[in-house]
Amino acid sequence: MSRLFVARNPRVAARSLGGEVMIMSGRDSTLFTLNRTATILWQAADGCTPLDKIVQERICAEFDVEPAVALQDAETLARELAGHEILQISEEPIPQRNAPAGESR
Amino acid sequence: MSGLLEEMTAKAQRLNVPLNVQLDLTYRCNERCVHCYLDHDDHGEMTTAEIKRLLDEMADAGVFILTLSGGEIFVRKDFFEILEHARRLTFCVRLKTNAILIREREAARIRDLGVESVQISIYSHRPEVHDAITLVPGSLKRSLDAIRFLKSQGLRVIIANVLMVQNMQDYAGVRALATELGVDCTLDPTITPMMDGNRSTLSLGVDHNSLRQVFRDPSLVGDVDEFCAIPAKADDGTLESLPCSAGHTACYVSPYGDVYPCVQFPLPTGNVRRQRFVDIWRHSEKMNEVRSIRMSDLTTCTQCTHFSSCTRCPGLAFMEGNMRGPSSQDCEKSFARTGVLSANMLSKRRAGANLVQIQALPGLAATA
Repeated sequence: MSRLFVARNPRVAARSLGGEVMIMSGRDSTLFTLNRTATILWQAADGCTPLDKIVQERICAEFDVEPAVALQDAETLARELAGHEILQISEEPIPQRNAPAGESR
Repeated sequence: MSGLLEEMTAKAQRLNVPLNVQLDLTYRCNERCVHCYLDHDDHGEMTTAEIKRLLDEMADAGVFILTLSGGEIFVRKDFFEILEHARRLTFCVRLKTNAILIREREAARIRDLGVESVQISIYSHRPEVHDAITLVPGSLKRSLDAIRFLKSQGLRVIIANVLMVQNMQDYAGVRALATELGVDCTLDPTITPMMDGNRSTLSLGVDHNSLRQVFRDPSLVGDVDEFCAIPAKADDGTLESLPCSAGHTACYVSPYGDVYPCVQFPLPTGNVRRQRFVDIWRHSEKMNEVRSIRMSDLTTCTQCTHFSSCTRCPGLAFMEGNMRGPSSQDCEKSFARTGVLSANMLSKRRAGANLVQIQALPGLAATA
């Protein structure tokens, strides 16, 4: 199975408010809030860390879940977020030019 | 406001987070609009480095929606450098501009940088009216060209039409133009006094009959009977509610670094050149005074028929001398909408009736 890479879409706006990340879609200004899993995915989506590694190191470390199940769920979530143009997904690493900050703010 | 944004705004208020900030990058401008409230001379604008540092502080403070305005933002040579920095910090960036410096290249760059929307001032669909307000020949054509460039990039554009004596007959034409261009359109009859307190620009505001006409135009207000109905009596919830978002989830920063509760509320609360933005937001005595005001604290307005539905602006009230008092422009609007005088207007009429004309005594007149 090929590896999946995820990156934050540079066209979205994002801010953490009281621990909850809100994202405004660059496509149509729709506002989203991310749940805990989606927030972890958003913060770790640097374009060069493969999804399976994010799941193993970040999601499985926080939730009591089977790695295979977690990876499947994370892939579904990543594709959903990509559908809203919040994340970019690719089977190759995604170069990040002027990447939005994911961690600190 | 969408349900989720409303929810996040309520959360920001609970957490004392300035979710929404307008930052004016300059007061310099390449137009000279007759109703403008600004002094266009540069009295020491923040440098590129100062603005970038401020943006860093704002992001850390939780600011999400950042409106970049002026003056005319594109007269700053470093505008795109500032915009790039703001987008790297993942602000939701909105621009306010006259757009006459936006060509294809600028429109493409704005699109690439993920700007949420661009608001452009258009006063009339007729060049002779628009250009007579901006005092720049050819400005309407250049602004409309820019709208087309921005639209061709897929950007969201909003036409902002300020209504005044000069363009009162043209708002329907502007709306038709907006429809033709595929952009949104807002209409605002509020003229703001000059920032130095000079109120001469207010003479450009539309009169009572014109306001009445606007408020009875179903294409603008929808159900006229509902819009113009006398409001129900205020309940306890209204009394404990906030006058507006100024100082609660929103504030304004001038090109000189002064922080105010709102662009229309010229109460200086601190300066980001001397203090951190978040410290001004959280600890300024004046900001906290504005923040402490509830609707029940409004001196005249609590007695007013329009209390529960009035658009009263605390900043305009402040400019009249009392941030807890009425804003006469909003009293005029409520009166034009419903035909019922506001408590403030009634009080002024009573005061006028109590005045007695004093005639000079013949002997005094001779010696004066």
